[in-house]
Formats: sequence, C-alpha cells, structure tokens
Amino acid sequence: MTARESAERALRRSGLWMAVGLLLVAGVYVRALVFTPQEATQGLAQKIFYIHAPSAWVAFLAFGIVGVCSALYLFLKDPRLDLFAASAAEVGTVFTTTVLVTGPIWGKTIWGAWWTWDARLTLTLFLYFIYLAYLVLRTAVEEPGRRARYSAVLGILGALLVPFIHVSVYLFRTLHPMPVVLRPGKPELPGSMLITLAFSFTVFTIFFFALLARRYAWARLVDARAQGEADHADASR
Amino acid sequence: MVSMLAQAWAIAAKDLLLEFRSRTAFLSALVFTALVLAIFNFARDPTAVSAVDLAPSILWITFSFAGVLTLSRAFSLEKENHAIDGLLLSPASRTALYLGKTAANLVFVGAVEAIALPLFALFFNVPLLDVLGPLVLVIALATVGFVTIGTLMSSMAVNTRFGELILLVLVLPFLVTPVSAAAEMTARIFAHRPFAELAPWLKLLAAYDITFSVICTLVFESTVEE
Repeated sequence: MTARESAERALRRSGLWMAVGLLLVAGVYVRALVFTPQEATQGLAQKIFYIHAPSAWVAFLAFGIVGVCSALYLFLKDPRLDLFAASAAEVGTVFTTTVLVTGPIWGKTIWGAWWTWDARLTLTLFLYFIYLAYLVLRTAVEEPGRRARYSAVLGILGALLVPFIHVSVYLFRTLHPMPVVLRPGKPELPGSMLITLAFSFTVFTIFFFALLARRYAWARLVDARAQGEADHADASR
Repeated sequence: MVSMLAQAWAIAAKDLLLEFRSRTAFLSALVFTALVLAIFNFARDPTAVSAVDLAPSILWITFSFAGVLTLSRAFSLEKENHAIDGLLLSPASRTALYLGKTAANLVFVGAVEAIALPLFALFFNVPLLDVLGPLVLVIALATVGFVTIGTLMSSMAVNTRFGELILLVLVLPFLVTPVSAAAEMTARIFAHRPFAELAPWLKLLAAYDITFSVICTLVFESTVEE
C-alpha cells in the first residue's frame, strides 16, 4: 500500500471516530442540561463548566503532546513526529479558543467582568499566544526539514515556559474558583454533577483524539500528495 | 571545555569588534531607547499618575523592547555573504557559537542599559544612587533571561519570512516571567521594601535564567544544522 493510500484510509477511519466523538459531545449537553441538577447559587451559568473545564484539560494535554513530540523529534528526526506535533498544536488551539470564549461568558455572569488578570486566565491566554507563535512560525518557514526543527525547538521551550508563567502569575493574587474535584479530601461536588463532569472530561478527551487523528491523517495525505507530485515531476523529466 | 570557551570568546570578540567599528546598531538602539523614554513621558497624564508610580513599567517596557529589537542583529549580521556558513564550517563547536553570540548580545544590551538607566533617572526624576546595587542585580538577572532566549529565537527568526516581526511573536511570550519579576522587584526596590518581599521573585527569575540558558545551549544545534 502506498503512503497515499494508507493516509486516505486513516482519514476515512478518523471520520468514523469524529462522528462518535460528536455524538458523545451531544450526549454531554443532554446530560448536563436535562439530567443534572442546577447549581444553587450560580444557576444555569454553571452549566458552562461542562464545556469549559474539559476543554481546558484537553488544551493543556495537547500542549503536553506538542512538547513531548517536539523533544522526540530532535532525537529521532522522524517527520511523522513533526506532523503529529503540528496537528496537536492546531487542535489544541481550537480547544484553547473554546476555553477563552466560554470563560468570559461565565465570568460576566458570576464575577461581573468579562476578563480579569487572574492566574489561570493569564496562563491560558499565554498558552494561546505560544500556540499562535508556533503556528505562525510554521507558516514562515518554507523548507520542511528546517520547519520541523524550528517548530520542535519552540515546542520544547514553550512546554518549559508554561510552569514559569504559572508561577509568575500565581505570585499575583488569584480570583479563580478553587478546584472542587482534584483536591485533598473528598470531592465537594455533589454526585450527579461529578458524574456529568467526569463524563464530559472523558468525552472531550475522546473527541480531542478523534480530531487529532483526523488532522494528522490529513497532514499525512497532503505530504503524500506533495511527494507523489514531486516523484511524478521527476519521472516526466 | 577551555577550548570551547576560547572559541566562544573569539566569536563574541569578533561581533563586538564589528559593532565597535561601525557603531550603527549601538547608536540606533540607544536613540531608540531615549525616544521611547521621551514618548512615555507624553503617554501619561502627569496630573493623574506620578512618574515614580509608573517608573518600573516604563523601565521594563523600554529595556525589554530595546533588547529584543537589537537581538536580531547577531544573526542578521551573519546572513550577509553567507558568513554563517563560514562560522559553521570553522572548527568552533555549535555550543561555542551560541555562547559567543549570547555573550556579545549581553555586552551589547548591557551597554545600552548602562547609558539608558541614568537617562531614565533624569527624565523621570527617580533617585537611583541609594538603590543602585539591588537594581543592577535585578537588571542583570532579567537581561540574562531575555538575552539567552532571544539569541536562540533570533537564530531561527533570521531564516523566516518577516523575520523581525516573527522574532517579536516568538520572544514576547517568553518575556512574561523576566519582565513581570523585574518590574515587581523594581517597584519594591524604589519603595525601599525589605529584601524578603523580593525573595520569591528573585528565586523565580534565577530558576528561569538557569533553566533557559541550559536548554537553549542544548537545543541551539538544531537551529543551525544544515
């Protein structure tokens, strides 16, 4: 099987996963809106957590993948790692956008302000800036080998920067709600809400990997086509 | 190790000698800094915000922007006549090349800062002499932070389309830690706060400098290999 055929097959397979992921995301909405009790003080606004929190988790997960693939790329020089990191960065940017859009909608209702320079907001914003820098850098370098090396360097440095930004912004006071699930002792969240939240985290993770697989298959197909055209040009010469 | 440092020194000396002969980059960086300081004076309402309250922000916006803008010089210099190929073919190691370029940039940015600091004190009427020691320490640590990362980024940005603009997009996210730490510490130093209030920021900045100078030295090779 040629590289192009296998990429086309992977793309078709990822379509199936996408459909499953989308159905599950719809399931999260139904579960959150119909079968989960309303939070007493925040009311309907709290429902946005079932999108906001899992998106944030996925955004940071994607960034971790970019960092790890970048480091591996510099050792192994396998172009697939570069394509995978780039795909993760693109999908991660989409989820970071979701976080940065849903957050202010909730913030305006509960905090009374669309934006505050709270620690986690600032961290997410800068995560977004690093993602954007990564994507911009990829468009600014033509030669694939060089693009891969440069992106890998930025991917590694960006992953190292995140904890530093976290500490810097934490030294300012934070306004963000404190964790209610992953904290010492028993979770404070009532059982039914906890199940919905856990469900949404799982679903968003599945949806993320479906999107990633699709983006990666697409990148491989574009690559295989470019390669095919180059071979064709060589043969006709 | 010794030979590597000697090679790094040779590269730094070459860069500084070139700069010393023409002085174009140095003078323009200096004029740029003076201009930014002067424009800042008109970008505030003197009746609402006193100069001293705004001083740390002015100082760090000016220093970091002037610093980043001058960093592209190190590698754009080598682009002319493909001088970089000569450097890469020479027996000097890639690590020595990075260390040499970083050292030259540090001297360059440090010299600009050394002249801009008294100018800043003059323009904004900030008493400098009694806080000079801690302030110089903070400036040195923050400068090392953004010069190490900026030198590495400029070695990549120089080979991209719209290099100067790309350099800013790449480096600015990395300035959050050094600039916020430096500005916070500068504000506390000007207010004569006890050292204990600086300590967390100082530790953070030192950790940042160490982490990024090590990692930048390690990954630099990947940005120049052909």
